[in-house]
Amino acid sequence: MVEESNLKLTGESRQKIVALKQLYPSPRSAVLPALHVVQEQFGYVPVPPMAEVADILEILHGEVEQVATFYRMYHQQPVGKFVVKVCDSISCYLRGSDELLAQGQQKLGVKCGGTTPDGQITLDKIECLAACGNAPCIQVNDEFIYDVTPAQFDAVLDELKRAKKNPYFVP
Amino acid sequence: MSVINYKSNQIFPPPPPSGDPTYQYILLKHRVVPGLRKLAVYQKEGGYEGLKKALNDYQPGQVIDLVKQSGLRGRGGAGFPAGTKWSFIPKVGGAKYVCCNADESEPGTFSNHELIENNPHQLIEGILITCYAIGSELGFIYIRGEFARGARVLEEAVKEARAAGLVGKNILGTGFNCEVIVHRGAGAYICGEESALLESLEGKRGFPRLRPPFPAIAGLYARPTVINNSETLCNVPHILRHGPEWYANYGTEKTKGFRLYCLSGHVERPGNYELPCGTTFRKLIYDLAGGVWKGRKLKALIPGGSSTPFLAATDEVLDTPMDFEGIAARGSMQGSAGVIVFDDQTCIVGAVLRLVEFYKDESCGKCTPCREGTQWLVQILHRLEHGEGRPGDLELLLNVGSNIAGKSFCLLGDSAPVPIESALKLFREEFEYHIHQGRCMVGPGANRPVTIGAAH
Ligand SMILES: Cc1cc2nc3c(=O)[nH]c(=O)nc-3n(C[C@H](O)[C@H](O)[C@H](O)COP(=O)(O)O)c2cc1C
Repeated sequence: MVEESNLKLTGESRQKIVALKQLYPSPRSAVLPALHVVQEQFGYVPVPPMAEVADILEILHGEVEQVATFYRMYHQQPVGKFVVKVCDSISCYLRGSDELLAQGQQKLGVKCGGTTPDGQITLDKIECLAACGNAPCIQVNDEFIYDVTPAQFDAVLDELKRAKKNPYFVP
Repeated sequence: MSVINYKSNQIFPPPPPSGDPTYQYILLKHRVVPGLRKLAVYQKEGGYEGLKKALNDYQPGQVIDLVKQSGLRGRGGAGFPAGTKWSFIPKVGGAKYVCCNADESEPGTFSNHELIENNPHQLIEGILITCYAIGSELGFIYIRGEFARGARVLEEAVKEARAAGLVGKNILGTGFNCEVIVHRGAGAYICGEESALLESLEGKRGFPRLRPPFPAIAGLYARPTVINNSETLCNVPHILRHGPEWYANYGTEKTKGFRLYCLSGHVERPGNYELPCGTTFRKLIYDLAGGVWKGRKLKALIPGGSSTPFLAATDEVLDTPMDFEGIAARGSMQGSAGVIVFDDQTCIVGAVLRLVEFYKDESCGKCTPCREGTQWLVQILHRLEHGEGRPGDLELLLNVGSNIAGKSFCLLGDSAPVPIESALKLFREEFEYHIHQGRCMVGPGANRPVTIGAAH
């Protein structure tokens, strides 16, 4: 494992962030998308690359950190390779999301928010995903799965235990 | 391994029995035209005709007048007339912006999601026309971070449109220049609130701004800015193409056109239903969506997203036209048209707890009454739900609620007490049962043994 203090953006990530900076009328507007680039590279938003973002965008380090800690999609700590997010807002609640969450916790042996010891799967809940017509819905990283039945959820978790990349990606 | 068919693409409810002339796909045309996401198909279906008409046949001010005449009202919640909003933009030089609000995060609301993933050009065309109307050369689509696929689809569509000379410099040879930037948020309901959205787009925390000044005067980068919901903007190309009279043919006296009713909860066929404004709840829930699921009875419904009050399952309510005025007359709101259905096996205390938890989790923390008050509400509801309610808790809930509403920068806090107040009006005895019996009056929780420690 690389020490966190040695984490650095790749050339490709830096290029993406520079391009974002040029896209907006004000460079600071690129903070949110730049943090998505950071998270894409590291799986979370470590401090040293955030400082690099601030330097590229010519803003204060604190201005980037403020943003990184406000929005829930930015992980402050490393998470599992796959983050399974069960929507538990009202429409999914009405169609069985709590049962899915309980099922997932039992199957994986982790609490909500926890990660399996092999670092493969993090199980979490999430606020309304705007897919209430296909409830209950879940996300695997940023990809949706709709109308999830308990049997499907079981199979999804089994598949993710072995998966190398996200099997639910739809271009 | 088992052959399980995952649904990574949304499955839409089936079209209703044919022969119903009021039901057609306009914004939802992608359901009947495969591949509409692609520019070539979109154009074959008449796409970008509205933009052409706007640029070639009308002055910007005339476009605003057309949209005013159509009667189009905002779909984000408040129902403000779109053309009127645009006319507030001062006719001064310098930068002006259009921001499309695609943050869609209100529980029960999911129309933008479908529109964006399946028909991105419709939205882009709407933004371009809006930019032209107010004299802007830059439109933003603020899309919630969780819609990663939606953002990919939009970016691809912008690229296609640029290659075809529909975005960029000298659009369609008319001298009109316009760029569209797809901007992904990162998970925060508050960024759907328009002033928080602007803060977020400027690269800051999504804290609402104090108003005035309003965005029309000092919005993004302190410049005049129009903010409209995605669905609002998706209507614009059709209004230009077919004319405001055509549009105003649909709907009711004060709410024109058609809209996407997002139907969820305990119904047989949930999903988006595109219907003329003013269709009744009965038609939506029973005629089109197959009624309450599992053959159960309707207990209550929420008509316009989680921020709008519960309505009882009476004939009077079911026959109410779903428009701003009709629903207001029943004591609730049209809001975002997210219709949430509750069957007779639902414990109202549990449902209200879940509704209020959302506001607690999503309070941005800027204003104390909202930040602290929503936590208290959840604490009290939590103990009620778990058989530890105390006498006086219902009054306490109302009291805390009234100390949040109207005391913060934005309306998020005002929404938290809404389900509590309206549920207490309709189902007070269920709350009292929870206090006195320590368990639910209805639903699976009713068979729970009485919790020790329940108040007497
Ligand atoms: C807490 C809060 C959240 C909101 N979320 C959204 C949203 O996700 N999408 C939206 O279009 N409007 C949302 N609104 C309403 C917007 O502030 C704004 O009125 C709307 O985008 C204007 O567009 P329209 O006139 O086309 O409806 C929200 C308002 C509040 C107070």
